[in-house]
Amino acid sequence: MSTLLEVSGVSVTFDGFRAINNLSFQIGNAELRAVIGPNGAGKTTFMDIVTGKTRPDEGRVIWGEKSVSLLQMSEARIAQAGIGRKFQKPTVFEDQTVQENLLMALKNKRGWLGVLFYRPSGPDLDKVEELATEIGLKDELTRKSGELSHGQKQWLEIGMLLAQEPRLLLVDEPAAGMTPQEREHTTDLLVQASKTRAVVVVEHDMEFVRRLNCKVTVLHEGSVLAEGSLDHVTSNQDVIDVYLGR
Amino acid sequence: MERSFIAKNPSVLVFLAILSLFTIAVTVLSEGFGIGVISTSFVKTLGKTLCLCLIAVAMDLVWGFTGILSLGHFAFFGLGGYMIGMWLMYERTRLIVVESLSRADIPPTPSEVVDAIGTQIFGVVGSSDFPLIWAFADSLVLQLVLVVLVPGLLALVFGWLAFRSRVTGVYLSILTQAMTLALALYLFQNDSGLRGNNGLSGLQNLPGVTASQDVVSIWFLWASALALGLGYILAAWIVSGKFGLVIRGIRDNEARVRFLGYSVEVYKLAVFTLTACIAAIAGALYYPQAGIINPEEIAPIASIYLAVWVAIGGRGRLYGAVIGAAVVSLLSTWFTGGQAPDISLGFYTIKWVDWWQVLLGVSFVLVTLFAPQGIGGLFDLWANRRHPDRHGTNLGPDDSSLREKEALE
Repeated sequence: MSTLLEVSGVSVTFDGFRAINNLSFQIGNAELRAVIGPNGAGKTTFMDIVTGKTRPDEGRVIWGEKSVSLLQMSEARIAQAGIGRKFQKPTVFEDQTVQENLLMALKNKRGWLGVLFYRPSGPDLDKVEELATEIGLKDELTRKSGELSHGQKQWLEIGMLLAQEPRLLLVDEPAAGMTPQEREHTTDLLVQASKTRAVVVVEHDMEFVRRLNCKVTVLHEGSVLAEGSLDHVTSNQDVIDVYLGR
Repeated sequence: MERSFIAKNPSVLVFLAILSLFTIAVTVLSEGFGIGVISTSFVKTLGKTLCLCLIAVAMDLVWGFTGILSLGHFAFFGLGGYMIGMWLMYERTRLIVVESLSRADIPPTPSEVVDAIGTQIFGVVGSSDFPLIWAFADSLVLQLVLVVLVPGLLALVFGWLAFRSRVTGVYLSILTQAMTLALALYLFQNDSGLRGNNGLSGLQNLPGVTASQDVVSIWFLWASALALGLGYILAAWIVSGKFGLVIRGIRDNEARVRFLGYSVEVYKLAVFTLTACIAAIAGALYYPQAGIINPEEIAPIASIYLAVWVAIGGRGRLYGAVIGAAVVSLLSTWFTGGQAPDISLGFYTIKWVDWWQVLLGVSFVLVTLFAPQGIGGLFDLWANRRHPDRHGTNLGPDDSSLREKEALE
């Protein structure tokens, strides 16, 4: 399996606090990966580094077949290169309808002139409808997204991610605040998405991770503590000590 | 989504209809073309108000839609006025000089004419030489180009520096205000080349035009109405498409837009520069009606008033900005013009000339606190439009759905 993203030897310090310490991480095309770890393990900082929000002090972040470095690129350029990110709290544009949210995310020209003269075409609208069906929001297309329930907003955000057609999806705690049924739907969405692209899920909830049924990376104090199947890492004594045992 | 632009934005058609009716009504009632019910000076006030409505539309684009609280757009407005004022003053002075020199025995050389114009214009600041910035003042076409070019370039450079460094929110507002103040202070200097605090005057007299002010005022009213109409259509077109979605997204959550792959800085810069150009055009139409421009006009307080108009009218909706600018600036004219009757309380008499500012300030605070949608929000009540305001309320139908506050943690 070829490597899509390779993070190696990355460290970052905030005011003397080492949030990420010599972290290395790899993910291939069409792979689903769960990242778990206690609070402050560096999960969100890891995502910040990959998406360009935080610049690491040292280390490399290499992307794609051409092995380009992501470290010099702006957030927007990284997103255009094919990395999509879902935030921990659902961040959709509440004043805009579901359809408008999806249209904005849809993979298209991102330059301001192109966008200024863009008018939604038939295929684009069909695609939006298709996506809305997939995330279960087909009947809500014309509603303002601020009126949606918490779970629906989470799905809308996942839908916006899929609309970007990224090659790598970074998903931060997608199941937070969801009902059991909603969680099941979310699991399906993520597993489905990982068939065609790489998906990294950061999650606290062990049950949710178990249902994802994928390779797990355990972070602790900014570096990788263990990696492997969920059963493998949960039987690891270090992992039990720092995380599961508490 | 596939309906035409007008069908999607019926408010544009309504607005254009009202604007046309207004223009026709004023023309019919004017002294120049009609039955003379409205005085020429009031026609000028109305024409100026239309220009203020246009800059309010620009402010709404940059603040109400993109979320950049610029306190510097009156600088661009003033610069536009200065650019057109330079030609008006130069050309009018030239005609007078040529007229008076033609009575001399020996015909004047071109350099004598230019020297005489310079003495006329700059005598008031103790100089007679033309500064470099007047190089194109003899050409109407070039000065008209400069109306857009100079403020546009200033906005482009300033915006590029500010947005590139990711200066946002109140810091950006302070920065724009500092720019405005610096420009005003510079122009106050006698050697700035624009006649210091005297400013440019006599701008109401169009060179070579013999028509009376009664007629000219109506011409400018038409031009202002046309500019406002076109500016409104342009702004409505911009915000109705995907560009509008993106800039509203930037206003509501800048980081999210960035992670969608849009280069937020470029969008902000585009909006900032475009609105600066619109403001400059509004200024170029305003000052020939006002007759005089001086650095006082560029002072930061003017840009703050602009923000107040847009806030009272209703941010994020173009007609709101127009209503706010029209209502507040006309009321301001009425109160400060001494027409409003004083209120006698026995022990104290409220003179509106003094108290108008207080009234305006209080209404601004009240609108911000209790009616953030502004006057334009009244249309929502009428159209029964709903806003998603879920702050503190249950976010979803399921019992297990978290309240917003918990969900955001």
